[in-house]
Amino acid sequence: MLIRKKRLGEVAASDITDYQTYLNRRQFLNGAAVAVSASMLPLSMAHAESEPVPTFKDLIKSQYSTEEKLNTFEEITTYNNFYEFATNKTYPAQMATKFPDKSKPWRVVIDGECDKPGEYDYDDLIRPFSLEERIYNFRCVEGWSMVIPWVGFPLADLIKRAQPNSRAKFVEFTTLYDPEQMPGQKRAVLDWPYTEGLRMDEAMNPLTLLSVGLYGQELLGQNGAPIRLVVPWKYGFKSIKSIVHIRFVESLPVSAWMKAGPKEYGFYSNVNPNVDHPRWSQSRERRIGEFLKRKTEMYNGYGEQVAHLYTGMDLTKNF
Amino acid sequence: MSKFKLIIFIVSLVPAIWLTVALLTNQLGANPIEAITRETGLWALRFLWLTLLITPLRWITGWNSLMTIRRMLGLYVFFYAVLHMLMYLWLDQFFDINEIIKDIIKRPFITIGFFTFTSLIPLVLTSNNAMVKRLGGKKWKKLHRLTYFIAVASSIHFYMLVKQDKAEPLFYIALLIVLLGVRIYRHYQRNALTIRTVVS
Repeated sequence: MLIRKKRLGEVAASDITDYQTYLNRRQFLNGAAVAVSASMLPLSMAHAESEPVPTFKDLIKSQYSTEEKLNTFEEITTYNNFYEFATNKTYPAQMATKFPDKSKPWRVVIDGECDKPGEYDYDDLIRPFSLEERIYNFRCVEGWSMVIPWVGFPLADLIKRAQPNSRAKFVEFTTLYDPEQMPGQKRAVLDWPYTEGLRMDEAMNPLTLLSVGLYGQELLGQNGAPIRLVVPWKYGFKSIKSIVHIRFVESLPVSAWMKAGPKEYGFYSNVNPNVDHPRWSQSRERRIGEFLKRKTEMYNGYGEQVAHLYTGMDLTKNF
Repeated sequence: MSKFKLIIFIVSLVPAIWLTVALLTNQLGANPIEAITRETGLWALRFLWLTLLITPLRWITGWNSLMTIRRMLGLYVFFYAVLHMLMYLWLDQFFDINEIIKDIIKRPFITIGFFTFTSLIPLVLTSNNAMVKRLGGKKWKKLHRLTYFIAVASSIHFYMLVKQDKAEPLFYIALLIVLLGVRIYRHYQRNALTIRTVVS
């Protein structure tokens, strides 16, 4: 199998999938989907129709984008792990159609070890930042992967505004806890609310993104609306969704998955083909839409940008 | 084949037909390979539970012709298990023998799954009338008690492979406890009855 690889820094702007191209493609796909579902109406599954969402314009194209073939909007928005809604991968898309409730303001608290804490409405939170398009590989701990054109801004930009102090060694993130809106939280599958954490240098890495959209549109509920983290060199569960709280802390935050299975899910959870999950291999992955499996790359292919964060560390122990 | 058997034969094929149609019409979601692997495994398990339901159902209803479909249901366990195994050997491992052997040794849930599958083979080979005769009823019965091991092992396989939400495997384990429990209960009740008869 042919895997085209280019060093990330070398990608010419003209090589990156053009925003208009995928918007056009999206329109084409929409048209095709309508045609297909009309032609076999009795068989087609109930499609969760989402309201038309405003489109982000004038996105900055990022040098960090991969030039691999994008997964379709359909794939990205119908195959999701989001236990706050359901524990299988197809239900979240159906159950999160009205999430988040537009009548309730989305508030994000930024506090802890920082000089400029605050509580922001979603719009106020993202207003100061210029949005980029970043096409990243996304690798799930379960052994599948996608290529996703995110819309967002570097987490580092937000951190700089909050001015963390010298005691801030880690950043802790928390998902909304609202069992009325997120019915999956009525069952104690995980210790709600979902939490995640990054070391300060990981959080400041230019690859680490706060995402508010994908495919040029606002995030849908199942993808972690309205704002989520994207850490492309780590397994997908580190990229916490629907964030309401960002906190600077001194000691290592224990994430929801570390609590659920301390032997299976570590704090770092860097994509690593040489360190298996205790129950399954991590050496290969199935790219959604492909028939054959492909080899998983160290740090999900982002070693050039992040390997230095872990020099001298035993990656088998610090999994 | 009686009409009853024919109906069961066709109904048992429905999951396979449904999976094929769903695959061809793009209804298995973004990861159809995972969906087929999961569904074929689940159907093998469901058919196994159905074969275990036959005997207690006969005790309750006294309907002896139920026995005539038990063998067919058992063969359907094997049919769906073969599809499930093929999905693993082909689309997960691409028939790479070295990788498969490593995987079977290293991953307990694969180890258990593999032995569960191979335990089905002697049961399939001795499923026809000629073999029942050759072995004799007693020996045949003894060999086919392997079914209980297969049921327990496949429950463990299912429980271990689920990442976090164990509700579904626990549901099937609960059903299995009932299916095996009624057998144990009846066994002791009968023994007690025999003892009482002897004493009096």
